[in-house]
Amino acid sequence: MATGSGVKHRSISYAKYGYLFILPFFLVYIFFQIYPLFNTFYLSTQSNGSVTTESVGLNNFKWLLASGQSRPYAAVHDNFVRVMGNTLILWFGNFIPQIILSLLLAAWFTDAYLKIKGKGFYKIVMYMPNIITAASVAALFVMLFSENQFGAVNKMLANMGLIDAPVRFVTDQTNSRIMIMFIQTWMWFGNTTIMLMSGIMGINPSLFEAANIDGASPGQQFFLITIPLLRPIMLYTMITSMIGGLQMFDMPYLYNVGTSQNKYTETIAVFIYNHFHNAISPNYGYSAAASVILFVITAVLGSIAFAFNKDDDGRGTKAKKSALKTKLGGA
Amino acid sequence: MPDIAGTKSNSQSIKIRTGLVTAVMVILSIIALLPIYVLIVNATRNHVDITSNGVSFIPNLHLFENIKTLNQWTEEGKVAYDAWTGYANSAIIAFSTTILTVVFSGMTAYGVVVYDFKFKNAAYTFILAVMMIPVQVTSVGFYQFMSKLGLTDNYLPLILPAIAAPSVVFFMRQYMKSSFPLEIVEAARIDGCGEYRTFFTIGIPMMKPAFAVQAIFAFVANWNNFYMPSMILISRKQNQLTLPMMVNTILSNDKLADYGAQYAAIMLSIIPVVVVYFIFSRSIVEGVALGGVKE
Repeated sequence: MATGSGVKHRSISYAKYGYLFILPFFLVYIFFQIYPLFNTFYLSTQSNGSVTTESVGLNNFKWLLASGQSRPYAAVHDNFVRVMGNTLILWFGNFIPQIILSLLLAAWFTDAYLKIKGKGFYKIVMYMPNIITAASVAALFVMLFSENQFGAVNKMLANMGLIDAPVRFVTDQTNSRIMIMFIQTWMWFGNTTIMLMSGIMGINPSLFEAANIDGASPGQQFFLITIPLLRPIMLYTMITSMIGGLQMFDMPYLYNVGTSQNKYTETIAVFIYNHFHNAISPNYGYSAAASVILFVITAVLGSIAFAFNKDDDGRGTKAKKSALKTKLGGA
Repeated sequence: MPDIAGTKSNSQSIKIRTGLVTAVMVILSIIALLPIYVLIVNATRNHVDITSNGVSFIPNLHLFENIKTLNQWTEEGKVAYDAWTGYANSAIIAFSTTILTVVFSGMTAYGVVVYDFKFKNAAYTFILAVMMIPVQVTSVGFYQFMSKLGLTDNYLPLILPAIAAPSVVFFMRQYMKSSFPLEIVEAARIDGCGEYRTFFTIGIPMMKPAFAVQAIFAFVANWNNFYMPSMILISRKQNQLTLPMMVNTILSNDKLADYGAQYAAIMLSIIPVVVVYFIFSRSIVEGVALGGVKE
């Protein structure tokens, strides 16, 4: 190890500076993240409906996960199952179109034989939706797809004679889900494309050259070289996207009429938030228990992603590292 | 690129494919831009025009009128939307979190790269491991803790946690590993330069590219953040609201009957990020390619 080689030549030890440099990070992280994490675990054993809580043991988990006999608990269980289902549906519905679209685009962007002009411009434009404030995007789509007869899209469709009554784009079960899937895909496909591109650029170009000499078609190259070699980074993308999907909050919370939450698009993150975010009678117990369940799911997914993101194996990191070297190192 | 096959039919098929792919890219670019374009157009149209004609692609001349209506609503207390206060509040939070994130993440990365100490690997493994913990998982405990401390309706819980940003530390450490010569620290020591001074006068300038990329991402992410401010600023005091929170109030209000002004409110809220994006778009796209963003 060449690091801190000063230690070898001199009697002065610089180790204490190492601790001092990382100290602020750890103090702040422990105070604002680790303690709250343990606090969440503690609150998951506490009662609901009041700021002052008392212990209920593991009952919150029982009420969330198993359908209870008495009515209020049965309702909590049903809600929990519903929001978990919504989360899965919305995640699938935005991940599948997103990965297909992004894979195609990434393959095209990196194909040296295609003479596409203005690649940089397309990348910049396609990434743009990702940086626009989600709250503003939600507001814009609620306005455009407003359900009264004067909503921009409804009015246009009516003027064209395509509909008789306004379409319920925001509150209908299927429509609202499709809209959120579309908005999420719209916001994220550029980001996923660029991530996959850096993966493809990590593949040895001589493989494509050799395949080309052997007369492999672009389709064959895509399915026999790009996809198999991209598998680690695709899995990594999928898992990080899944963790992101479990956290989906802004769009489901904001794409609504007024302040009433659409129950067909309510996700687990919205469920957690709505239960604890109450100054007078927060349901800390349900909220925290749902968070712990979310934590366990994330930990399992995260450790899989972690295995693929290790320094010494995993193409994704290697590709990123080499890109980092060439691009930033040269700057 | 050398044209290896070089036959006529091959080059023709490449031409056809190039044309098709370009067409798809143009269509996707239009889809990416269209909602934003329609937003800008609608912000320039008046209420009657929007409600009678629906979607239009031709801008009109009512932008200032719409902004005036908006200001009037603010003055009359009809909406909790006030673009200037929103800009100021969002800017306070976004600038301070950005500075804290890059400086302290740079410091932490510098600490684990430059120095040798017993728990160095353990510390870095910890940072990697916690990178994936979603904010929602800790937020119940965070919120309850902050309200017990009386820190709700306060900017501190929104700003201070920025000091500990695991994914930024990860990025900076990767950058330092590949392009930070440790000999320079050694040379500075021989010249009698203190460790902190070395970090601030040599370390930071040498890590400038990594700092720049992460600063842009931190700024945009914090400016856009809706979840944390809406969690902590529970009393919804108008003089405290951030821009994304204000935009939300424009919708949940049925006393408003001017679509033009409502679109103008949304448009004003995205101008800063759009401007930042068009100035820094190249470094942003490169930063994403380097794994600069977490999600």
